[in-house]
Amino acid sequence: MNMLTEAAVEKALDQKMNTIPYKMIGQDVSVYYGEKRALFDVKLNIRENTVTALIGPSGCGKSTFLRSLNRMNDTIDNCRVTGKITLDGDDIYDPDIDVVELRARVGMVFQKPNPFPKSIYENVAYGPRIHGLAKAKADMDVIVEQSLQRAGLWNEVKDRVHEGGTGLSGGQQQRLCIARAIAVSPEVILMDEPCSALDPIATAKVEELIHELREAYTIVIVTHSMQQAARVSQRTAMFHLGNLVEENDTDKMFTNPDDPRTQDYIMGRFG
Amino acid sequence: MTDVVSSGQGVVVSKAPARRDIGIKRRYAAERRFQAYGIAAISFGLIFLAILLTTVIRQGYTAFAQTSITLPIEFSEKVLDPNNKRATDPSVLIAANYPVLIRDAMVKTLGINAQSRPETRDATAMISKGAPIVLRDMVVADPSLIGKTVNVTLLADANVDSANKGQIDLTVDEKNRKVNDRQVGWMQQMAASGTLHKEFNTGLFVNGNSSRPEAAGLGVALIGSLYLMLIVLALSLPIGVAASIYLEEFAPKNKLTDLIEVNINNLAAVPSIVYGLLGLAVFINFAGLPRSASLVGGLVLTLMTLPTIIIATRAALRAVPPSIRAAALGLGASKMQMVFHHVLPLAMPGILTGTIIGLAHALGETAPLLLIGMVAFVANAPATPMDPSTALPVQVYMWANEAERAFVERTSGAIIVLLLFLIVMNLGAILLRRRFERRW
Repeated sequence: MNMLTEAAVEKALDQKMNTIPYKMIGQDVSVYYGEKRALFDVKLNIRENTVTALIGPSGCGKSTFLRSLNRMNDTIDNCRVTGKITLDGDDIYDPDIDVVELRARVGMVFQKPNPFPKSIYENVAYGPRIHGLAKAKADMDVIVEQSLQRAGLWNEVKDRVHEGGTGLSGGQQQRLCIARAIAVSPEVILMDEPCSALDPIATAKVEELIHELREAYTIVIVTHSMQQAARVSQRTAMFHLGNLVEENDTDKMFTNPDDPRTQDYIMGRFG
Repeated sequence: MTDVVSSGQGVVVSKAPARRDIGIKRRYAAERRFQAYGIAAISFGLIFLAILLTTVIRQGYTAFAQTSITLPIEFSEKVLDPNNKRATDPSVLIAANYPVLIRDAMVKTLGINAQSRPETRDATAMISKGAPIVLRDMVVADPSLIGKTVNVTLLADANVDSANKGQIDLTVDEKNRKVNDRQVGWMQQMAASGTLHKEFNTGLFVNGNSSRPEAAGLGVALIGSLYLMLIVLALSLPIGVAASIYLEEFAPKNKLTDLIEVNINNLAAVPSIVYGLLGLAVFINFAGLPRSASLVGGLVLTLMTLPTIIIATRAALRAVPPSIRAAALGLGASKMQMVFHHVLPLAMPGILTGTIIGLAHALGETAPLLLIGMVAFVANAPATPMDPSTALPVQVYMWANEAERAFVERTSGAIIVLLLFLIVMNLGAILLRRRFERRW
């Protein structure tokens, strides 16, 4: 019964997909590293409260596109972005937009778990603290507990939140990084191959978590694993050699893609 | 093991192919050879370190003991103030004939003929020439001593001190040595009665420089070196760290910053005497700061230490993993917050190690100090960094130039003190490193 309703909800969601508003819009996005062009006029929109998976062979530009969504590319010296990316209709590369505020709204989880060499509590509390989200210590405690609970880590670490975050296992560290990202209440979470350094059990936990987080956040995930893209995402975008090959509903993408290159990649003929 | 026959329970084991020569022996031989080179290199270094340390300690440990003579001094009114004018004219006590008190006390203690000039001269020569001043200071401070007889411990003359420590070869002909047979006899006589004894040489750490070895000490040099270290630390750490953080984290990478980087690396290799000349020209001739002052020395050593600290700090900043920076920026930290909340704390062990190595280098630096006049003969402790002063390595240099036998042990003694300082600083560096070290 329960299963059935869930499946029904999924189906309804899929049908509604085309009516879901766009959270972020990318128009003719090109990225250059010095003379080298890494992205060619990518046109890709991200729907609200949806998991969008970016797939493609290594070096296809999917991580570059992801990093341009919260301007992490700014930290690379000779990197240049052209085109237009909007968040809720505002151009994020507009000089009036503050990159610090943007990153508070568009959080990021990285490929390798990278907790700060501090306690679990401090890891989660750092973001809210620099943004002044908690007035009193009690408020901070609530934020930390809620974030860890949403990241499914609370029960495992509640007795040792003041111990080092780097002492956790790889999967726990990655969920700590997700807790840290959601502690600042972002609207969009970018995940750059979040499971590539994890074992299958930890991967399953993170995927489950992504599934739950979708209700509250817009998620963009880069992954090398076709199965993962199929499992966690509703929309999938396929990149190849810096071009967006195809963007479609995940179900359609994996059963009946429009572009032959997508078919080839999914079948494992290249990449 | 690979033989088919040896397997039990009917399990068939594959047959090993003929062994190929893949140079295993040669590789192990190369490894053993390399290890032997390494051990030889380390042993070579250790041998020289051992030679250095044993020489310095063997020559220098005696500097920490000092021969003193306790005499019953009679502060005779007849000698000090024959006309009883001290109530109206205190300068009488300053000009009084204190050497006579010492001569009389020696005559009485040794039981010699007071009329024999050679005997009394030899006897008083056994006491430091600075002793009358000690007595004068006692009387000026407390005139009620006059008329009393008090046991006073006075420094023995440096030659008696050397003889007492066995540093003077008594088999040499009497005419060719600094202590004659009569004095040696008295020395043994007083040592037997306990009048002459060795005690810990506090003067070595308290007194200023002196041309009389028994009264010469490192006091001024220690204070001078302390001022130097404080000035260098207070200036070079903030300037060096700020410069490194700006260059490493904020500055755009272009031709200008490349040029600055090359120049910093070059400055680290500039001979220290050039910094001394620069300090002389800029701080003393141009800015008009006083000569011989530890302030100027500190400024010169700061210039000399800065490249070391900047290079170490930049290396430490660069060693912080990029993932930590990305994590902080991804959460919306500003660049400044990223640097000060995450990068700098993680780079701290490296920065502190670099700083202390730079400081230790500055502590042992002599050449630039010679040029800005810190090689002066300074007897009085400097009250401020603007006062004339010397430094430990310069004191070593000055004493090494002295001719007296007693300065040999003091030179080595000063080297031991300098080495102890360096060891303490390096231990501090290791402890700080352990304290701040974090794993990620």
